[in-house]
Parts: sequence; C-alpha cells; structure tokens
Amino acid sequence: MKSLILRATARFLLPLMLLFSVFLFLRGHNEPGGGFVAGLVAAGGYILFAMAYGVGEMRSLLGLEPRSFIALGLTGALASALWPTLAGKPFFTGLWVQISLGPLGKLKLGTPLLFDLGVYAAVFGVMLTIVVGLMEE
Amino acid sequence: MLWGILAIFVLAALAPWLHRAFPRASGWLLALGPAALGGQYLFRAGEIVGGPPLVETHPWVPALGLELAFRMDGLGLLFALLITGIGTLIVVYAGAYLAGDTRLGRFYLFLLAFLGAMLGLVLSDNIFLLFVFWELTSVTSYLLIGFDHEREAARDAALQALLVTGLGGLAMFAGLILLGQMGGTASFAELAARGAMLKAHPLYLPALLLILAGAFTKSAQFPFHFWLPGAMEAPTPVSAFLHSATMVKAGVYLLARLSPALGGTEAWTGIVATTGAVTFLVGGFVALQQSDLKRLLAYSTVSALGLLTWLLGWGNPLAVQAGMTFLVAHALYKGALFMAAGTVDHETGTRDVTRLGGLFGKMPLSGTMALLAAASMAGLAPLFGFVAKELFYEAARDSVWPLWISVGAAMLGSVGTVTVAMMVSVEPFFGRYVATPKAPHEAPLGLWLGPASLALLSLAFGLLPGGPQGLLASAVTAALGEPSSFKLALWHGLNPTLALSLATLAAGGLLYAARGPLRRAFAAAAGPLSYGPTRAYEWTLQALKGLAAGQTRLLQHGYLNYYLLVFLVAILAMIAWPLLFHWDFHLRLPNSGIRVYEGLWAALIACGAGVAVATNSRMFAVVALGVVGYGIAFLYLLFGAPDLAMTQILVETLMLIVLLLGLYHLPGFAKYSRPASRLRDVLLSVAAGALVTLLVLITQQNPHPARLVEYFSKNSVPLGQGRNIVNVILVDFRALDTMGEITVLGIAALGVYALLKLRLKGGGEP
Repeated sequence: MKSLILRATARFLLPLMLLFSVFLFLRGHNEPGGGFVAGLVAAGGYILFAMAYGVGEMRSLLGLEPRSFIALGLTGALASALWPTLAGKPFFTGLWVQISLGPLGKLKLGTPLLFDLGVYAAVFGVMLTIVVGLMEE
Repeated sequence: MLWGILAIFVLAALAPWLHRAFPRASGWLLALGPAALGGQYLFRAGEIVGGPPLVETHPWVPALGLELAFRMDGLGLLFALLITGIGTLIVVYAGAYLAGDTRLGRFYLFLLAFLGAMLGLVLSDNIFLLFVFWELTSVTSYLLIGFDHEREAARDAALQALLVTGLGGLAMFAGLILLGQMGGTASFAELAARGAMLKAHPLYLPALLLILAGAFTKSAQFPFHFWLPGAMEAPTPVSAFLHSATMVKAGVYLLARLSPALGGTEAWTGIVATTGAVTFLVGGFVALQQSDLKRLLAYSTVSALGLLTWLLGWGNPLAVQAGMTFLVAHALYKGALFMAAGTVDHETGTRDVTRLGGLFGKMPLSGTMALLAAASMAGLAPLFGFVAKELFYEAARDSVWPLWISVGAAMLGSVGTVTVAMMVSVEPFFGRYVATPKAPHEAPLGLWLGPASLALLSLAFGLLPGGPQGLLASAVTAALGEPSSFKLALWHGLNPTLALSLATLAAGGLLYAARGPLRRAFAAAAGPLSYGPTRAYEWTLQALKGLAAGQTRLLQHGYLNYYLLVFLVAILAMIAWPLLFHWDFHLRLPNSGIRVYEGLWAALIACGAGVAVATNSRMFAVVALGVVGYGIAFLYLLFGAPDLAMTQILVETLMLIVLLLGLYHLPGFAKYSRPASRLRDVLLSVAAGALVTLLVLITQQNPHPARLVEYFSKNSVPLGQGRNIVNVILVDFRALDTMGEITVLGIAALGVYALLKLRLKGGGEP
C-alpha cells in the first residue's frame, strides 16, 4: 500500500504505540493494563508499519523472526515459574524484592513481572506470526 | 549418586558444543565423563561388596511422598559398572565409527543421555523414580535407533521399539502402582523385606503380570522379541551398547531387583522361566536363519536374554549365580562382537557373512579380538563364557524342572549359540578371501580399542575368576534377598557338566559345517517362517492407523460449519441438561431498569449482527461484525470494566485486519446452503444466544462468586503485590492457567504459520 498519509502516520505512530504498550505493561499490575493488552498494542504498531512500508521493512526493523518471540515469551514465563523452585519454594510461587530508589520511591520487582513479560512477548509473537504469514502470502 | 547421573546429563547437553570445539578428539574427551564415574564406582566397590549398600535420598515431591531415593548395592553396582565401563568404550568407538559425520555431536547427546537414564534406572530405589528413568531410556533409545531419520526403515524400527517398550512400560507402571499400594512403600529395599506379605496378597498375580509385561517387552522376550532385531537399523555403536550392557538388560535388571519381593512363587517360576526358555530357543533358531552380521548377533542377544530370564525365573541360588555370571560374560563378548561387526562393516562395506571371508590376513588385530569374544560366546575355555556356561549347565542339572527338559533345552539353545558364534567370527575372518565393496585395512585405534578391551577382559576373567567373584556374589545376594557365597572356578574337574560342554561344542561345530544346506533349507521355508509376532505387530499398526484415519475423517472433516455445529450442540446439551433437571433458580430481571442509551446501544449491536447475517458481501459482513465487537467493548466500558473494553477493542481491530487479509484469498460470495440447513443454523444460534442470556441471569443470582470476589480483593495486594485484581489473577493466582493459554496460542500461531508456508511452497494438501 503506497499511501503517503499512511506512511507518514505509521512512522510516528509506531514509537508512540510502543511507548503506550510499555506504559500499559508497567501499570498493568495496579491499573487496567497488563502484558496481554500491551503485547496486542505493540503488535498493532508493527502491523500498521508493515501495512505502510511492507513486510520486509518491518522485518528488518524487528530484527528477530516474529515466531522467535513466541519461544522467548514461553521461555520467560517458564523461567519465572521455575525460579522459585531454585529457592526451594513450590513451582510458580511469586517472589518479590523491593529496591529503594531514594527520593523516587520504591521499585517492586517480582517473578510475576517476568511472567507478564513472557505473556507480552508470546502474544506479540503470536499476532505478528499470523498477520505477517497472511501478508506474505 | 544423583550428582553423578546429573553430571552425565549435563555432559550430554554440552556434547554438541564440545564436539564443535574439538571435532577430532571429542570422542576421547567425552569418554572421560563415564570413565570418571565408573572409576569412582570401582573405587567404592570394595566398600559396597563387603558392607551395607550406599543410600542417598533427596526430597522430590514431599507432598506425595515421592523422593529421589538412590541405593547402590551389589546388583546396582554391577550394572552401573557395566554401563559406565562399556559406555566409555562405546563413546570412543562412536567417535571413530562416525568420524567426519556432521551429526556426530547430536549422536553424542543422545548416547550420553541414554547412558545417564540407564544409570538412573539401575540406581533408583524408588519404584516411581525407576519408572521415570525407564521411560527415559525408551525415549532416548528411540532417538538413537532412529538416528538415521531420513531412512524410512530406521524411523519404522525406532517407532516399533518405542511402541513395544512404551506399551510394556505403561503396563509396568500400573503394576508398580499396585505393588506400591500392596506393600505400602515405594522403596525396593523395603518391598524386598516384605516379600512374604506381597506374595500372599490377593493382588499379587495382577501386579506380577503387569510388571512382567514391562520387563518382557524391554528385554525382548518372546513374543515381544521382534523389536530388537529391527533396532539393528541404528548405527553400530548404538547396537553394541543397547545389546550388551543397557536397554535390553533393563528388564533383566528389574526381574533380578524384584525377585526377592515377588519371586519364588509357582506363578513366577512358571511364567518367567518358561518365557525365558522359549525365548532362548526361538532366538537361537531364528539366529541360524540370518546371514547379516548384526542380525545374527541381534537374535543371539534375544536368545541370551531368554537364558537370563530363564535362570532368574528358577530363582534358586545356583541359577541366580549362573545368571549373574552369564550377564557379565554376555555383556563383554556381545559388546566386543558388535563393535567388531561394525568394524568389519566400516572397513569392507558389507555385513553379509556369505559375502565375507579370509579377512584375518587383512585385519589381524580386529580378527583376533573377534575370535576371542566369539570363543567366550561359544563357551570355550579358558574364557569367561566357559565359566558362565558351566554354571548354567550345573543349574540346569539341578532345577525344579524334569532333567530331560531343562538339560535338553539348555543343550539345544547352546548348540545354536556355538554355531552363531562361529558364523560371526570364523566365517568372515577365515576361508577364501572374498572381494568386498571396499578394500579392507586394519581399523584405527578408536575402532579396535573397544572390542580389544572387552575381549581381553573376557580372557582375564576366565583365567582369574576370583577377580569379579566378590562383586558377582554381592549382586547375587541382592537378587536372592539372602546372603549367598559362591566360588567361581575355571576348572570344575571331570564331571558330566564338562561332558555336556564338549558335546555342545561338537554339535555346534557340526551344525556350522552344515551351514550351506541349512541356509538353503531356511530359504526354501522362508514363506511360512515369516509369520510371527512381526506380522501381528504390522497388522495391529495398520488397523490402528485405519481406525485413526476413520476417526479423523469423522471428526476432522474440514467443514468449518460442522465444527461450529458440533461445538455448539455439545455445549448446549452439556449445559442445558443439568439446568433443566436441577432447576432451582428464581429468575427475575434486574430491577434497576435499563437506561435509554443502554437500550439503544444494545439495539445497535443486534442490528450489526443482523446485517452480518443478511448481507451478500463478505466485506460488509466483516464490517458489521466489527460493529458488534466494538459495541460490546463499549458496553464493557459502560459497566465499569475498562480493561476488558481495551482488550476487546484491540482484539477486534487485529481480527479485522486478519479477516481482511484472509478475505482477499477467498472465492466470491455465494449462498450454497439449502434452506433447511439455514433454518437449522438459525435455530441453533438462537438457542445458543438464549442459553448464554439465561446463564448470565442465573449467575447474577448465584451467591458463590461473591466469595471469590471477596477473596481476591482481600488478597490481591498482600499476596500478589498488585491492585489490579484481574491482572494479579492472570499472572499470579492463576498463572498456571495463563501459562497453558499462551502455550496454546503459540502452538496455534505455529500451526497457522506452517499451513501458510505449505501453501506457499505448493506442497502438500491445503
């Protein structure tokens, strides 16, 4: 699709959508959002880009095969589940640490966050794999 | 012990990289792993033979009472030494045999993983841990047998081995569970102590039969023996390992391990000894019909396994002593002969003994080793095989069976063994030299080191039977469940047993001399002889495939309409049934009233659905469906579920894109369906919609969800560290469900990808 308007928009929208997806991902634990939605938004951004510039351009921008993200996501989710077993706790126990950032407040990190990141990557990979496959046909 | 086994698995995982880094020396390097472990076991052998067994326990699933319990007594040590010792030689041999093969790294991976699984199997004290390793050997041997996966024969053989041993393993699992229930413990050591109670238990016979199914399939007992010769499709190092020290010996190991707990009864002796004796004779008889070196050896392995099973079936001290001694003798000579056969194949390009001859002059070293090993197989003094055969004849003369049956069967099978031993050694190495596809040379160090070590060990143990005696006595004690001591000797004096041995050798020699007419007779009878368990397996497999194909045609017909139809009807039936028969709900419409804009919005959604059904244009239908989807998203927003709304909008958008991309490839729109089927679809859709409405109304009046809401809203922050309850449920409380969901998503995406790629290539059916 060689539409000048779409191309111009897609170029600006992709970073914005990625930023929005990161925002959704990070706030997900306390406010509406989360890995699933964030992954969908990010995939949407890349699909828009692919529609404007073609799949080849999008692939080189992405760097990895879309289906590699599925593997990455599942591995991440599995790692978050196995991590507690190394500490002698049951499979999938949520482990949390609190890091103090001085005046900025406190940062809470935990294995559920890694799990959510896995969901993010998996959803992103699934959507892109299907859509890119269809577009290349 | 756990760390030793884990170390082997880690080494297996690293093997491909090690091989890439040191392609020439990889075999020697990787052999250091099992060698070091074997050395460590050997170092502690004195302690175990003389004293109590080594015990090691780690918690596994404490809630279920499962533990990683390892126990090394004489029996376990004997097997562990065979596995690591022969394993070391096999790794070196494989490095030379497959030198230059690009798949060698992968081969090491499978081989070492198999070795680790075998080690775990013989060192487990927990019946369930043993089962895990048992299955692991099935899986890794599948990979090894099917290593040449581009050949159909190799794939079929691997599948056959997996199916036969896997089915047996499943039966065995059921038997082990019964055994654990009966004995009230999962530990082999404790089960052995409760033998009397187990044998009197009403479930004794079912448990025994199920466990024997596992042991007999694994150890290739008649009528399950056919997978083992098929497994000759594997590269020779695998055959040498599987047949000498591992895999097929696992069943024998299990019999020995369980004989204190289950053995000694009439059922045990009747089933185990008879099966063993029949296998011993059938294996020997079929071996005589072969002319391929590896198949000759394979059927003689079947025969040897029958002999071991037979002796363990008798289970008296003399028989178990003979069994353990023969086990070691067989491992040594069979490992050496298989490797020698592989060397001959490697150097000449053929394994057909009728097309080989006079190789001794070209390959004197390999020839000497093959002859030594074959002499041990035939039971020639002063090799270890002779010691074992003498004990076997002693046991046969002193058994519970009538003398003429036991001695007759023992003689008959042994004559076959002698003949086969000559066919695999004398025939290729002596006689007139026959030109072969490749000009033979003496093999390199890596190829003759293995057979030489094993053959010389056969000689050393024969000359100095005191060497392995302590270890064997300790293994016999473990298999008998009571202390026993015995003395191994090369020379028993002039007695009837020696006469039997000499008569066997003479008869075997005569049979070998008559091999020409014998082979012609077998060739003439090839038709009737081909009926056997192999045919039964093939028929069963065909029937199973037919059943699967019919069932698939019935359920996976490829019509989207019918999928939806079946799906909806099933759900309707499953939900409507209990609703109709257990109706205790008082339905009332929400009394808060419906606001005007809510009603309008719902009407818009209904309109969208109506248009989607009525339109003649696909594009229009997609857009109308979009109206439905976005409308529902807005409803979510109205009723306070912003995250649901957000997800719905995104999914709707992406689905729209996918649909539009797919639409492009579809043929023109046309109404193919008949009015009757359209009426059916309408009725079904209305029923589905009504059911969902009903469910929503019922849910609103059902008090149970309130408890869940309360629980999650109370625990979300303290336990899940998050205020968004939905997300905390997704990634923490019910993370396992989410894990399953994203896995399914991933698989679905890969399926779509594969289907699209198939179409792109133009191959396969769409």
